[in-house]
Amino acid sequence: MPKPHELVAERTRRLVEEHPPGETPVRDFLAARFDAGLAWVRFPEGLGGLGLPHGLQPVSDAIVEAAGGPDPFALNPMGYGMAGPTLVAHGSPELRRRLLRPLYVCDDIWCQLFSEPGAGSDLAGLATRATRGADGAWTVDGRKVWTSKAHEARWALLLARTDPDVPKHAGLTYFVLDMRDPGVEVRPLRQMTGDADFNEVRLDGARIPDDHRLGPAGAGWRVAMTTLANERSAIGGGSTVRGAGPIAPALELWRDRPDLRTPVRRDRLVSLFARADALRLTGIRYAAAPSDYPNSPEGTLGKLVDAELNQDVLEFCVEMLGAEATAFPSYEPGGDPAADAARRADVRWRFLRSRANTIEGGTAEVLRNVLGERALGLPGDVRVDKDRPWRDVPRG
Amino acid sequence: MSDDIDGGPFVLDGERRALRALVRDHAAREWDEAALRAAIGPGARLDRDRWRRLGSELGVLGPDVPATWGGGGGGLPDTVLAAEELGAALAPVPYAGTVLAAWTLLASGDEEALAEHLPALCAGTSVYAVACTDARGAWMPPRPSVRAEGGAVTGTAAHVVGAPDADHLIVLAATGDGPSLFVADVGAPGLAVTPITSLDLTRPQATVVFDGTPARPVGTPGRAVCALSAAADRAVVAVAAEALGASARLLADTVRYAGTRMQFGRAIGSHQAVKHRCADVLTAVEQTRSVVYHAAWTADFGGDDPALTASLARTAAAATLTAAADAAVQIHGGMGFTWEHTAHLYFKRAHFDAVLWGGLASHRERIAALVLDVLEPAPA
Repeated sequence: MPKPHELVAERTRRLVEEHPPGETPVRDFLAARFDAGLAWVRFPEGLGGLGLPHGLQPVSDAIVEAAGGPDPFALNPMGYGMAGPTLVAHGSPELRRRLLRPLYVCDDIWCQLFSEPGAGSDLAGLATRATRGADGAWTVDGRKVWTSKAHEARWALLLARTDPDVPKHAGLTYFVLDMRDPGVEVRPLRQMTGDADFNEVRLDGARIPDDHRLGPAGAGWRVAMTTLANERSAIGGGSTVRGAGPIAPALELWRDRPDLRTPVRRDRLVSLFARADALRLTGIRYAAAPSDYPNSPEGTLGKLVDAELNQDVLEFCVEMLGAEATAFPSYEPGGDPAADAARRADVRWRFLRSRANTIEGGTAEVLRNVLGERALGLPGDVRVDKDRPWRDVPRG
Repeated sequence: MSDDIDGGPFVLDGERRALRALVRDHAAREWDEAALRAAIGPGARLDRDRWRRLGSELGVLGPDVPATWGGGGGGLPDTVLAAEELGAALAPVPYAGTVLAAWTLLASGDEEALAEHLPALCAGTSVYAVACTDARGAWMPPRPSVRAEGGAVTGTAAHVVGAPDADHLIVLAATGDGPSLFVADVGAPGLAVTPITSLDLTRPQATVVFDGTPARPVGTPGRAVCALSAAADRAVVAVAAEALGASARLLADTVRYAGTRMQFGRAIGSHQAVKHRCADVLTAVEQTRSVVYHAAWTADFGGDDPALTASLARTAAAATLTAAADAAVQIHGGMGFTWEHTAHLYFKRAHFDAVLWGGLASHRERIAALVLDVLEPAPA
């Protein structure tokens, strides 16, 4: 019997040998990887996994990355990072069988209908209502916001209020929503960068069959915790390669623009590099071994550090560019994908985009609360809405 | 051992976990707060019994030293685990200086000197310190202020850490062949060790004046810098591990206090201003742990540049301990500023560490040289 990590490495090497990423269509490569159980090695066999420890995923990822294989997180972030793990943890066998493979091969893009205009970091305060009809199916009404990929998504993870008469966490239910339902309307939302990556989603009598519910009615918060934990570790995972990930733009600028180098900037870049390498090694460490803390802070911690580092790196780049940074590539995204990719690769665009990093997926302030309370066990904040029925809690 | 390598730096096997528990128990038993206070009082000296137990019972004083010279094997990863636990307790013992001495001797390759000195070093029966500063305390000066001639050394080395308790000094001295290593015995004629009040009371230091002191050459003449640098690259990871352990302990103490200290009708740790500061220290500790373990592992098993990883570990750990100590003093309020509380001892350790053995600037400079200065612009 080969050791598990050898098994993963050997299977992955065989995969990239039989399906060379350079010559294989992305979809075919992903399908082969799913069928080989290397999509998420911790998932059960037949569902894209091998039933092995999560810590072995980087073994496979590193081989695929080195061979130039596609990154499923970049292609379908909410699908790969959040929906997949949530479906495996809480979905019925039928849902998992039907939805996981098309998710992984990117036939189905996913989005996440969590945040609302009145409930961002206080996610459990959300107001979108789902009510069950006589036939058992659910009808959903409400308004979601900050929804990445909603305009491309086939499926959505939806958290909705099903009982307003109990405290906020107790009255939520978790669903998988078909974005093609006629009750779903997607409206793009323009951001600081000029782009419309996010959307507003109006739900007006959208219908969901009961077998698309994940977990019991009223227990949606527990299911959402699975999604959020996976969201944070997916966002904060970083790169396993030194110099890649958040630090890359600063190192590239330093390399390509010797005319902008100064001793002060050199020292600042050393600090940023050291932080980036610590983040990178922490990602590897957390993947390899559980942390020493009883309530694993892994994903939260990585997400927080990644977001703040990314902002600091891009601020450094902008400062280094000086007057050149005061021109912006364009606030009007064009229809040409190549031109738009170049625009989004520009450090000035990335500088503006990075402001969202400490807001999306949990604000930096909320993440510090999570670390303080769950990882360190410090007493909770004062919560005035804790025991009150949701309908009596002031909102706005 | 092969399971270790499979697991990489971040998976501790049973033996390593056992070693860590052993040192943790030793530190908790031998270096509780009362013992720590007694050990840093005026005129206090190294507790030789406790030190010997680290050598004979725990076997952590001679990492990498072959069994023929009294070593128990174990490399930098084992050293790091021991250092972490001793650092957490702020054990007032010359652990980092001792592993530096052991590695300097080993790097000299002088088998006669190894046979003479290593068994006592490993057993903890003799204490060694490394005197490789100049008269102003500069670390590994290109022109040493100690000179060797005819089997004797003359000159001054200042800020020699561990010298007040040392039995033997490994001395860096200028010779006709270039900087070379010698061993001088404390108590030899013409050797004066004058202790100075150390900022970090747990790391005693002294000014050492040599005046025709008999000293035995060690290793190849002129190769001292090479041996010392190799040893220091490993020893600074041990210093980083001590700081990591100290940071984690401070965080735990501070969190416990913040969770029970009531002000304005609430535990102070329920206020975000305090809670977020603790979260930031947690983040720093976790990041530093990754860097330190990685440095220790790759130094022994390869896979990365040991110079770069040592400097990254050293700078990360020093910054984290400073932040953890700042937070501890601040969050403990007025109590944190008193002599009675231990926070000041950790605070002083943090700032002592920042200049220990060449200081952080040299490591930041080396990171810049290894990472940034080698980046060449792509040809146009």
